[in-house]
Amino acid sequence: MSIGHTLLGLLESGPRHGYDLKRAFDERFGHDRPLHYGQVYSTMSRLLKNGLVVVDGVEAGGGPERKRYAITDAGITDVATWLATPEKPEPYLQSTLYTKVVLALMTGRGAAELLDTQRAEHLRLMRELTRRKKDGDLADQLICDHALFHLEADLRWLELTAARLDRLAEEVRR
Amino acid sequence: MSPRLWARDLALGARFAVTGGRSGVLRTLLTASGVGFGVALLLLAASFPNMLFQREVRESVRAVDGSEQVTSPRPDSFLHLSRTTVYRDDVVSGLLLRPEGDAPPVPPGADAFPKAGEMLVSPALGELLDSPEGALLKERLPFEVAGTIGEAGLIGPAELRYVAHAGFLDPENLDGRGVRFGWSVPEEPMNAFLILLVVVACVVLLLPVLVFVATAVRFGGEQRDRRLAALRLIGADTASTRRIAAGESLAGALLGLLVGLGLFAAARQFAGAFTVWDVNAYPGDVMPMPALAALVLAVVPVASVVVTLFAMRGVVVEPLGVVRTSTPRRRRLWWRLLLLAVGAAFLVPLMGDVQVTQTGLDAVSVVTGTTLALIGLTTLLPWLVEAGVKRLGKGPLAWQLAVRRLQLSSGTAARAVSGVVVAATGAIALQMLFQAMESDFTQLTGQDSSRAQIVFGTDAENAAEARAVIDRIERTEGVAGVIGTVQSTVWRPGPLKGGEEFAPMTSLRVGDCASLREYATLPSCADGDVFVFLAHGAQGNPDDSHVTRAARPGATVALRDPHPHPDEPKRPAGAPTLWRIPADARVVDSRPAPTGMYEYGVLATPSALGTAVLDEPDAQVMVRLDPSVPDAAEFVRNAAADIDPTSYVTDLKDTERDAAFSSVRTGILVGSTLTMLLVAASLLVSTLEQLRDRKRLLSSLVAFGTRRSTLSWSVLWQTAVPILLGLALAVAGGLALGVVLLRLGGQQVRDWWAFLPVVGIGLGLIAAVTLLSLPPLWRLMRADGLRTE
Amino acid sequence: MTLLRAEGLTKAYGPTTALSGADFALRAGEVVAVMGPSGSGKSTLLHCLAGIVRPDAGTLTYDGRDLTALSDGARSALRRTDFGFVFQFGQLVPELSCVENVALPLRLNGEKRKAAEARAAEWLARLEVDDTAAKRPGEISGGQGQRVAVARALVTAPRVIFADEPTGALDSLNGERVMRLLTDASRDTGAAVVLVTHEARVAAWSDREVVVRDGAARSTEWAA
Repeated sequence: MSIGHTLLGLLESGPRHGYDLKRAFDERFGHDRPLHYGQVYSTMSRLLKNGLVVVDGVEAGGGPERKRYAITDAGITDVATWLATPEKPEPYLQSTLYTKVVLALMTGRGAAELLDTQRAEHLRLMRELTRRKKDGDLADQLICDHALFHLEADLRWLELTAARLDRLAEEVRR
Repeated sequence: MSPRLWARDLALGARFAVTGGRSGVLRTLLTASGVGFGVALLLLAASFPNMLFQREVRESVRAVDGSEQVTSPRPDSFLHLSRTTVYRDDVVSGLLLRPEGDAPPVPPGADAFPKAGEMLVSPALGELLDSPEGALLKERLPFEVAGTIGEAGLIGPAELRYVAHAGFLDPENLDGRGVRFGWSVPEEPMNAFLILLVVVACVVLLLPVLVFVATAVRFGGEQRDRRLAALRLIGADTASTRRIAAGESLAGALLGLLVGLGLFAAARQFAGAFTVWDVNAYPGDVMPMPALAALVLAVVPVASVVVTLFAMRGVVVEPLGVVRTSTPRRRRLWWRLLLLAVGAAFLVPLMGDVQVTQTGLDAVSVVTGTTLALIGLTTLLPWLVEAGVKRLGKGPLAWQLAVRRLQLSSGTAARAVSGVVVAATGAIALQMLFQAMESDFTQLTGQDSSRAQIVFGTDAENAAEARAVIDRIERTEGVAGVIGTVQSTVWRPGPLKGGEEFAPMTSLRVGDCASLREYATLPSCADGDVFVFLAHGAQGNPDDSHVTRAARPGATVALRDPHPHPDEPKRPAGAPTLWRIPADARVVDSRPAPTGMYEYGVLATPSALGTAVLDEPDAQVMVRLDPSVPDAAEFVRNAAADIDPTSYVTDLKDTERDAAFSSVRTGILVGSTLTMLLVAASLLVSTLEQLRDRKRLLSSLVAFGTRRSTLSWSVLWQTAVPILLGLALAVAGGLALGVVLLRLGGQQVRDWWAFLPVVGIGLGLIAAVTLLSLPPLWRLMRADGLRTE
Repeated sequence: MTLLRAEGLTKAYGPTTALSGADFALRAGEVVAVMGPSGSGKSTLLHCLAGIVRPDAGTLTYDGRDLTALSDGARSALRRTDFGFVFQFGQLVPELSCVENVALPLRLNGEKRKAAEARAAEWLARLEVDDTAAKRPGEISGGQGQRVAVARALVTAPRVIFADEPTGALDSLNGERVMRLLTDASRDTGAAVVLVTHEARVAAWSDREVVVRDGAARSTEWAA
């Protein structure tokens, strides 16, 4: 999961302090693994270096967590690109996909399209696996089937999420 | 199996029947209306004996009590005469009364004794007289309508009857003198033979109703089976599911009983509106015999349970669905044939030695044999259908679909059609029976209606009056010609010879040559001729000496009885007038008159004999009607009634077409049509049910591009094949049964084609069921059936 | 080459809108999966495309012909000759034997019984269910039944096969077998397949998919 893109996405709704960013991240995405300040600091400095964020102001007391960051136009474009690019279909993708969906909803982008794109990508791979399976021996078939079932589970999750987008949007915007 | 278990499961089933969702309720209603229809018919049939009995009761209640002879006038005595006239094929019955004192009894159904010249009429007659159709009849009844006859004086609401105060009645022209109305009511409601007849009718016409009831409790069986499968899933055992199914049927049947009682109650209100078999009854008289009614009310629910349990034999309800034993037991032939054989065994030994009036024992055998034979035939049908369709198969697609369907479940089709077999077999056999009896009864009357159509005779004071009657009839509208004679009697004059109690006598007819030729073969005839005509003993007439002892050419005859009986009230004084038969009178042969009778005696032309000398002659008129005048017969009857209200008018017919018999035949046809309609209804229901069950399949066939016509034809074949097989069986069985029944009474088959109308009805059924299934079929074919996920 | 093209299809059943402006295009010989949640209108789309149901609005051309303008009879004839169908269940006539079921579309086209059943038997063999020929649908397994149904869809050498949840009632292994035989056979004969399914593993046998959502169809890979 790309922490950088996630933090960028969180900044889209307005400039935030470093500790704000950490708290927002933990609240929404860090259910079992909260971010360290160090991670926030290093990520933000990389984004600063790449020109995706700027420092909007510093609060008295200094320290990296007291800096206020704002997203740049380049940063917004970067988030958009990230959201629009389907993830490489692989097992246990849902935390990333979830993050993407929530960010898309938070930033007013089309979450449904995101899911559709991802579904197409999943299916493309499934088609390939199916083809490989058809021509392969039993070992190939078993291996492909394993992958296929996992991908199918992801796809089902995508379907389910797509069906619940309205409710999710409500919760995110609250 | 404890009664409590039974009660619990039956109650559970009954609850499903009324709360089992839309389809469950629909199924129950279907069953209830089917059973209800059947029950109503059964109750009506059970009321028939009572209806006939009540008719007898009503008839005797209003009849004049003849048990007491009243010889002289009393304050409460009255003279009475029953008059019956025909008005355009309807019988109008009348009772003419004349009180002899001031306290005559009030006729039944009347509020008061009608005043002189007035009459009371039945509501039906009143309506007829008030309408333009009754104008001619009004002329015939010379009385003023003063009121209506109530129910107590009528047999049925549609009866045409009047009770009149006729001043012209005198002790000469009456039926009798009475002092009260009402014969004692017959004690036995009905004789044993009549009941047996009803039982035969029940067997023949009502067995299909029972079959229909049995079919009706199985309506919607497939949906029910699915529901039962769900019950198995939650732990009901097989026996329990069967009891629950029986409970469902029971609920439907009990509801059906209620519906049936309701329909019956409604139907009896209409009993008066129809006249079937000449019977037209008041609702109150349509009352089932208590024993038969109880039988119906008991048999129907029990049968519903038994039939359901029986039907569930071949079905295994598994938790996840219904398994019909995939290769159903081959239907066995032997026991079906055995039933038939036992039935025949009852009937065949009786061949030729049964009289209709014989003791009840034979009739019991007849009924048992007929019943067994009919049931045997019915059970033969499923076997026949199964064996029949097994051999079918090659043919167009629609045919293939229908045949395969029948092969897979021939039982359903056979069950529905078995009603047709019973009804048609019975109808064919009865038709043959009645046709034979009818031709017995319609033997030629010998009457020749090409020579005359109406005969009318009346007394006259003298020859001139008789002549005037003939002229009056001849001038009546619609009369093309008359054969008129003035009739009297001639006696041998002189003292009685030894052993004679009265003087030998014979008839004398005076008329023109044309009229006389109707009685005898005349070589030539001119006014002034006299003939002695002899019948030579034909038709059981006395031999010719009977005539010649009184009348021979050259003999002198007396024109009045020379030795009148001392009791004769109007004994004229003086010697009788004598007349000499001319010596050149010819002796000729009698020929059948238009009435078919060989008359005999003396024929004279008017100038051969001064008719003035005739004593109390009759006028005899045979009328040839003008066929181009409608109601010509009514004009003649009116003229006759005007001349003499107590005269008799007879119609001449070549054959005695007994109206009762033709209405019995119609009744059988109507009855079998009704039962076949029931069968058609159950066939239709099962076809529709099957179509609904196959909604998905039909839709997918439509997706394949199946034509409407293909599926329509397949429905047609599916209906037609079992019915045609059933009809074939019924024709064979009906003809055989008819032959056997005829042979019982030593009769020959008159008409081998008696089955044609029944077959026609059957074909009509096929068409009707197919046509009625088409709209739902087409609706189901609209492919909406595919969108059910 | 585009064989079947639909634009702006609309269809309502009473108050329920099943399709609201669906677009679709099918090239000869391709296998297209129509996906979407249940109730999204994918079956209705298939019924419209196959000429079973007449859409309320929109254009529908097959092989250059306007399908919406054809009479019911003409559309039936087209379905008999050019289309084949496989449904989820309940499509085999229960009282006909399997070979008679497969021969059914041929006989609807007026072919002689013998010839039709001979060809039907060939197709049963091709779908590896020749042992069911004499049996009735009630006596064979669900997987066999679906393969018989596929044989029946293919027996007329149609140009398009419409399959609505063909594996919906089958387990994975049987479903897989049906899909392999269906796609192989249709590729061999050059028939295009419109495959309605909600299962990704079934859709994975297709060349591309179309998603129907709220009555509107969206093609993800298709650029006309």
